[in-house]
Amino acid sequence: MVTKPNQPKMSTRGVSVYYADKKAVDDVSIDIPSEFVTAFIGPSGCGKSTFLRALNRMNDTIPSARVEGTIELDGEDIYRSKMDVVQLRARVGMVFQKPNPFPKSIYENIAYGPRIHGLAEGRAELDAIVEKSLRRAGLWDEVKDRLSDSGTALSGGQQQRLCIARAIAVQPEVILMDEPCSALDPIATAKIEELIDELRGRYAIVIVTHSMQQAARVSQRTAFFHLGKMVEYGETSEIFTNPREVRTKDYITGRYG
Amino acid sequence: MQEHTVKAFDEDITRLRGLIAEMGGLAEVSIEESMRALISGDEELAKVVVARDKKIDALELEVDAMAIRIIALRAPMADDLREIIAALKIGGVIERIGDYAKNIAKRVGQVEGRKRFEPLTLIPAMAEVAAEMVHDVLTAFAARDPILAREVIERDAKVDAFYESIFRNLVSYMVENPATISSAAQLLFVARNLERIGDHATNVAEMVHFAAVGTLPPER
Repeated sequence: MVTKPNQPKMSTRGVSVYYADKKAVDDVSIDIPSEFVTAFIGPSGCGKSTFLRALNRMNDTIPSARVEGTIELDGEDIYRSKMDVVQLRARVGMVFQKPNPFPKSIYENIAYGPRIHGLAEGRAELDAIVEKSLRRAGLWDEVKDRLSDSGTALSGGQQQRLCIARAIAVQPEVILMDEPCSALDPIATAKIEELIDELRGRYAIVIVTHSMQQAARVSQRTAFFHLGKMVEYGETSEIFTNPREVRTKDYITGRYG
Repeated sequence: MQEHTVKAFDEDITRLRGLIAEMGGLAEVSIEESMRALISGDEELAKVVVARDKKIDALELEVDAMAIRIIALRAPMADDLREIIAALKIGGVIERIGDYAKNIAKRVGQVEGRKRFEPLTLIPAMAEVAAEMVHDVLTAFAARDPILAREVIERDAKVDAFYESIFRNLVSYMVENPATISSAAQLLFVARNLERIGDHATNVAEMVHFAAVGTLPPER
């Protein structure tokens, strides 16, 4: 699927997400550009992760969750069109807070997705995808001699890069990251941030982070969420030096609550 | 202004503001005393002004250290960040203002025939405007007041007008009576220093405006 020029990769209009009667996300409209990293920041419980999960229908697994409004991927409504959810999640990949490699070999962790999506014909092609994905995730040199080792035997930072490689392997268009570094030490965090910067432009990337420094470092666009609403959205450099809204300012300067 | 959740952050910023206020206060006193010394030829008072400059210089180093410490330890954002960067720059500018006052004080012994010079009544009036600019711009900084900052900027035109007038006046003395050239040239430097103080106060006002609202004041 090709994004038309000037068309945002993803676009949401009036999106609200409910857990039973509780409104967790309130009327959020935002365009996610393909060329930038977009960061969602805000205090715990502000709805940023819930909103992120709505972008690839991850909330479908929660019976009480309900989504209102429209979320479009390349102009196609991901909730109301006949879009296949498995297909959607290949196009809109996700990396979670805690690295969650399959309890299988490093190779199988990467090969699994391309295999079920029929992206490779034969072993040689699959090998090539595995290598390319691991290279892009900056992990190849560290694991190329032990591809048959278990993915769970890697360090936390390596596991997270393995999960990013796994997301990349199915040729996604958007990668959603939900606090991808919160379980990692500063060096592993720096490696992930460097990786995000290298992947920028190739995929639309959306990252939820509790670290404002991280949002400032990795993103070009930042959205601030508070009590389910998106309070402010703009260029990252503007948000962190001269936010328009008092609530944004109070949060990023450490005055909130 | 709502307090930070981490109270030590507020204490750091308060300390930084205190250092700037202290520097500014000393610079202001130096301008006034250098004028009194100039008019009365009081060389003892001039020495006090010269000695005070060391204190101002030391405070600037303290401002630098404090600002760097806050940036390193607190990772300030938005208006906090702007204020700390402004404080860092303002510290440097006040140090320059202190240097100008010291320079005026150093010329006290080199002016002769004080009673002859009519500009000697104009220069203190000019100094008063410049010193007030310094005073008010620091009040604006403490209060994060962009309106007062803009008022200070507007006053710089007054200082410039004084300078023009004093300049012409002194040149006419030099033309009419070459014996006055040496003293008149000294007074010309004094007026020039005051004009620079006005410019620096204007620069500070622009930084105060930026710290307060995130943009420079509109061009005059």
